[in-house]
Amino acid sequence: MSTSPAVVMPSSEPIALDTAVIKSWKAPIAFGIFTVIAFLMFVLNARPGETTFRLSTERDAVQLPEVVVNSATTGWVVFLALVLITAASALAVISRRKVSIWLTVLFALLFMIGFLAWAAAGSSLPVTGLLFGSVSLAVPLIFGALGGVISERGGVVNIAIEGQLLAGAFTSAVVATSTGSLVLGVLAALVAGVLVGMVLAVFAIKYLVDQVIVGVVLNVLVTGLTSFLFSQVLAPNAAMLNTPPRFPRLEIPLLSDIPIIGPVLFKQTVIVYVMYIAVAAVAYALYKTKWGLRLRAVGEHPKAADTVGIKVNATRFWNVALAGAIAGIGGSFFTLGSVGAFNKEMTAGAGFIALAAVIFGQWDPIKATLAALLFGFATNLQNVLGIIGSPVPSEFMLMLPYVVTIFAVAGLVGVSRAPAADGKPYIK
Amino acid sequence: MSASQTPPGLTQPDTVPGTEPSRWQKAFREIATGNAIISVLAVLLALLVGAIMIAFTDERVQETAGYFFARPGDMLGAIWQSVSGAYSALFQGSIYNFRRDGFLDGIKPLTETLVFATPLIAAGLGVGLAFRVGLFNIGAKGQMLIAAACAGWVGFAVELPWGLHMIVALLAGVLGGALWGGIVGLLKARTGAHEVIVTIMLNYIAFYLISYALRTQGLLQAPGSTNPKTAPMLETAIFPSLLGPRYNLHIGFILVIGATIFVWWLLGRSNLGFKFRAVGENPNAARVAGINVKNMYVYAMLLAGGLAGLAGVSQVLGTVTTGFSAGIDAGIGFEAITVALLGRSRPWGIFAAGLLFGAFKAGGFSMQAAEGIPVEIIVVVQALIVLFIAAPPLVRAIFRLPSPDSTPRRQRPIVTKEVAAK
Repeated sequence: MSTSPAVVMPSSEPIALDTAVIKSWKAPIAFGIFTVIAFLMFVLNARPGETTFRLSTERDAVQLPEVVVNSATTGWVVFLALVLITAASALAVISRRKVSIWLTVLFALLFMIGFLAWAAAGSSLPVTGLLFGSVSLAVPLIFGALGGVISERGGVVNIAIEGQLLAGAFTSAVVATSTGSLVLGVLAALVAGVLVGMVLAVFAIKYLVDQVIVGVVLNVLVTGLTSFLFSQVLAPNAAMLNTPPRFPRLEIPLLSDIPIIGPVLFKQTVIVYVMYIAVAAVAYALYKTKWGLRLRAVGEHPKAADTVGIKVNATRFWNVALAGAIAGIGGSFFTLGSVGAFNKEMTAGAGFIALAAVIFGQWDPIKATLAALLFGFATNLQNVLGIIGSPVPSEFMLMLPYVVTIFAVAGLVGVSRAPAADGKPYIK
Repeated sequence: MSASQTPPGLTQPDTVPGTEPSRWQKAFREIATGNAIISVLAVLLALLVGAIMIAFTDERVQETAGYFFARPGDMLGAIWQSVSGAYSALFQGSIYNFRRDGFLDGIKPLTETLVFATPLIAAGLGVGLAFRVGLFNIGAKGQMLIAAACAGWVGFAVELPWGLHMIVALLAGVLGGALWGGIVGLLKARTGAHEVIVTIMLNYIAFYLISYALRTQGLLQAPGSTNPKTAPMLETAIFPSLLGPRYNLHIGFILVIGATIFVWWLLGRSNLGFKFRAVGENPNAARVAGINVKNMYVYAMLLAGGLAGLAGVSQVLGTVTTGFSAGIDAGIGFEAITVALLGRSRPWGIFAAGLLFGAFKAGGFSMQAAEGIPVEIIVVVQALIVLFIAAPPLVRAIFRLPSPDSTPRRQRPIVTKEVAAK
């Protein structure tokens, strides 16, 4: 959805002719399908009533008026606009032009407005609350996805994100409670993530065990370890070991006064600001620094990297450890940022959604972050719609990230091509 | 992975020095470098780590550690008590309980082991079969859930005579699992989508689908109920018990033995199995040899899904017959991966591994009940076993075993060859 689908996917067969034709009907077809869905939901199944979009809360510096729209009318308008966009994209393909990414963004935005107006008909929708919650829910996903991007760009498949998040959540809860220091808690989470990452690296790089196997087994191992220690040690001594302090919210002056964006992005906890920095740093470093170039080299063509004197396995090892550190910090958000106390299997598959974000984000830090935000939005939308009474069963909203990822890997939405040497051990 | 075919009696010393290595030396080398010994040592090592964890988290051990230098015997005694207590409870819960009177009651834990092993073996076969074709089937969980839903729905909502009902429910479940697995094969064959990602995602999709169906009247929810749970299975659909009402063992175990024989025949004796293995060893070579690789992926995933489906069916029609919720897979889907790895993707290896993990599971619950040790320790031990088995050089280094230099290919990890060949 967020990607330009006009590029033909490289075929798995070594036939070069396919890639020569730049004409893909994927975008118009995808648009068409969603337009039909829009027609079925917003127009045929129109719900009576008016939808109120609340754009600000009483605490905000700038008060915006509430936007009230008629649900059925909005449905019609959105549907017609979607038809126009679909036609435009079809025209673009016929005249052999690329379908602009902005067209896709516009389509997605309109569809979302139509969907919200339809789903929240007859009640009011707190837009800032919806977005704020989305960012919060996306924080561990983004940290996990950054870890995944770094590790996989270096050529080591990281299925163990879930384990790294869980290990981070566990250690940060224990350390932050017993020392009373939030910073130490985050550091402990970082160390735990590094440890899991290093085990993955040792088994994948030194012992050449299949990376997917190590990842899967590490998830099981960390789940078992943390659950065991939780039942055996944490649960009986909850006051001493499992009541961590939580990060307070920190308002950034001026920035937090911007309407909508301010309360959503700049009234968060410190760990969220760390996330902004991490995303920017990884995105910059991956493409603009020596480190990033070397990392991508060992992931794409280790032999070539080796030839020019890059130590392939050492590079991979330390970057998998770094990836673990980043994912580990994300784990601390579960205990120090949102929930408060550690619980068995509290990450509940967030690591796998992060993995999905990596793939949906095409192994790019910015796109993966956006994908994670999208998944966070889907989850929070389900929460909010659950409160105001949604016509869509919550399970289908929760399913969304996974369905989208399957479409992504099947090549129906954009191109998803892994780094060339991803998952392949390098043997000199 | 050839098991060593050495004769017993390796204590015989080498009596002819100066000549080439004697038979016994070779035999010893083969045992020490073979896979069987690695498996045994991996299990021992994992149990050792488990023992350390049990000892460290035991309260009495922690208390006595406070005055370790004054009276070290106390702490050692406490360690011995906690570990031996745990592992003897594990044994008594999985093999034979000496505290019960009479053989028939004493042997009950062994039948419980078989009950736990039944779905593990079935799902393990599903994962292992896919491994042999070079596919990572992490989706046993989703396949089990869909199969459980299909079989369960037929089991409580359709009325059929005894016998026929069971068979229809069984077929519905296996078919459901096969189709859910088939989606993966189809996507892999048509679009090149990586099966690891697709199966992980399908697990969650299946989970949410079942969760939705379980709270929707007319789908899976028990009529008139508000709990997310199905109605109990009808008497006509429930698997009959194998050893009488005293034990929980049901004919699912026989079905699983049948499935093992089927997979053994399929992989070792059939035309299709030969193609499967060819694709698993090297898909490019297989394509050149005229094998339709894409179709093999679809067939393999259909079969793998069907086998995992059998696990789901045996859960709802055999083990939990009073109606099920979304947690019916009980982690078996992921344990199946470890079972397949431990069994090195060989049908009878998986069978044995399934029995071992079934014993761990049965014993784990009694360990929790008798000694208060959380059952999750079993998950840790299982994961460690697989990690150790996956890295033979690590185990060799720990036990200072000779490395099989003469056969360097042996060192390669278990499945990499098949998967890396893509």
